[in-house]
Amino acid sequence: MKITGANLLRTLLERQGIRTIAGIPGGAILPFYDALHCSSIRHILTRHEQGAGFIAQGMARVTGKAAVCLTTSGPGATNLLTAIADARLDSVPLVAITGQVAQSLIGTDAFQEVDTYGLTLPVTKHNFLVRHPAELLDIVPLAFQLAESGRPGPVAIDVPKDVQNATIDVVDWPEPGRPVPVPQCSDELIETLARRLTTARRPVLYLGGGVITAGASDLAQALAHRLSAPVVCSLMALGAVPPDDSLYMGMLGMHAAKGTNFLLEEADLLLAIGARFDDRATGKVAEFCPQATIAHIDIDAAEIGKIKPAFHSLVGDAADILARLLQRLTPQQRPAWRARATELRAAHRLAAPPRANEPLHPVNLCRFLGEILPPDTIVTTDVGQHQMWVAQAYPVRQPRTLLTSGGLGTMGFGLPAAIGAALALSPVEGLAAPGRRVVCVSGDGSILMNIQELATLAELDLPVAVLVFNNAQLGLVRQQQELFYGRRYEAAHFTAVPDFAALARAFGIRGLRLDPRSDPLSELSAALAAPGPCVIEIPIHEHANVYPMVPPGAANRQMIAEPELASAHA
Amino acid sequence: MLEPTTAAIAPSASAATPESPETSCHLLNDKPAGVRTAVLELRVRNHPGTMSHVTGLFARRGFNLEAIVCVPVGDGATSSMLLLVSDEPRLEQVERQLAKLYDVLTVRQRPELTREFFTRLSPIAANGAPAQLP
Repeated sequence: MKITGANLLRTLLERQGIRTIAGIPGGAILPFYDALHCSSIRHILTRHEQGAGFIAQGMARVTGKAAVCLTTSGPGATNLLTAIADARLDSVPLVAITGQVAQSLIGTDAFQEVDTYGLTLPVTKHNFLVRHPAELLDIVPLAFQLAESGRPGPVAIDVPKDVQNATIDVVDWPEPGRPVPVPQCSDELIETLARRLTTARRPVLYLGGGVITAGASDLAQALAHRLSAPVVCSLMALGAVPPDDSLYMGMLGMHAAKGTNFLLEEADLLLAIGARFDDRATGKVAEFCPQATIAHIDIDAAEIGKIKPAFHSLVGDAADILARLLQRLTPQQRPAWRARATELRAAHRLAAPPRANEPLHPVNLCRFLGEILPPDTIVTTDVGQHQMWVAQAYPVRQPRTLLTSGGLGTMGFGLPAAIGAALALSPVEGLAAPGRRVVCVSGDGSILMNIQELATLAELDLPVAVLVFNNAQLGLVRQQQELFYGRRYEAAHFTAVPDFAALARAFGIRGLRLDPRSDPLSELSAALAAPGPCVIEIPIHEHANVYPMVPPGAANRQMIAEPELASAHA
Repeated sequence: MLEPTTAAIAPSASAATPESPETSCHLLNDKPAGVRTAVLELRVRNHPGTMSHVTGLFARRGFNLEAIVCVPVGDGATSSMLLLVSDEPRLEQVERQLAKLYDVLTVRQRPELTREFFTRLSPIAANGAPAQLP
């Protein structure tokens, strides 16, 4: 069968089971867009390529399967880079397809030519420059296999225009790319770990995003209870253990509850599972968990010992390892250690003024959202203070229901990721939960970084609600300048702040602004209950800070507490 | 660190392509003798981009890379790559990161090889003597 490279690429994606692609066309990718014209694949036209990248990420983060984004060459590819790098740091499976100028023009500084292969090389798990249409038969399945195998990540495929236009004969179609199982670690290693866990007196489980990726949340929770070991989570692991679990200690690190970081000071064994000892989690590494020996389970061998030497390490799939570990462990009671965890948690509750006085205090807002939103609601965030308030105060009750840019910390992530999440829940994607609300919590700084995707949202009419916590500033920047730079506020305040409700209406989306003097929380409930997309602007106090806070580079025990509230609660 | 101070034969990133089957040696850093070094041998898929993946890893992870030799093996489907690197505590981490690269098939240490192996290949470093393969 004679087929063009563009049709071949489309057919390979269809055979891969891809139903939705987000992207923006342009000259070097037009042959492929022409091939999409008669495809079962639904194309989501975004307003900026970064939006396409984060829509694909939103889909991938909800489903765990690689999603596809598509751009043209040159600026299309460079605009996509941030979303690819973001996927790399948070281990999100993504296949990014970019058009490239014809091979005869490569290296001539042709119109919209950029070295996409060179640019994507350091931010992908692997990347390809396709030199002949026949290579697509190998590259496309391999790209999906690599994106989804082991520790997931982004894969980029750069397809020159002449490759899309060239015709070849296809006789045999390859099987779609599927994740390859990783080798099992030995029983001996698991038995040694079981013995060490049994003899530990004050063990703590430190869960990372890898637990959610592995689908090992229930197993991790079971392990905690088998051992009577408290559990701390990185930002990426929120949702792995329900927050009302008696052993759950919340997020560790820079914005942890104080009791959580204090507990880690006392631990004698830290079992890290699918976690990478990020500096926001560990604080000053040399003083992290000073009394603990470290055991580390990870699917990526290069994470073992990268930051902290582990006395015992197991490389493999967390679900497999935890299941086998549980078979070798009998229930253990550690009443004193459990009581200590309960005591620390009770002594250091997250501080917030009473709701009646300040209903729109960010912590109160996030707690209120937890009360009114169903547990399976998907919440996305942008990056900044609002992100940390969500992490601290919003109860993430199920895996894959908090989508947030952890490693790269990309402002502008939240809105397109929410659109992607809503698409993943739409009937065409199979995970049908029509009408299930997706909430994007953002700030007035972050939302403007991909505000253009409100147009995409209006077109798609998805049940995405955008909550803009508005303090007219880059809040986390201002907070750091207040605490660590002598209150010399530089480039942190906005003097012109848009009317976000009016802005939403300009895009054709319902928009409103909560009035703190009326009954704002009832208004918020009503707005979230109404169908369709909406933007809800919430004025918050301009001096509200995220507390506690570990100064960057300091040990986790050196937490700055909220001044007035801390004394009021003492 | 990765700017070539002593360029030897064929210092281009496409040195591993089948179109250029000659052996290439690229001395990247003329460090004084006495710095402890180690030699890693990689078996890699031989196609354009492999060299970029390997050298790029050293650049972005902040690892030291002093010299590279790359030779096609057999029919040229794979190449053998010898890397002169600093023998520091992070060497194991370097090996693990290299092993993660899709185009890198195997990674092993070659303790019997030393810095002199690389300098002998370089006409400039060896005072103008022509490059000789062992």
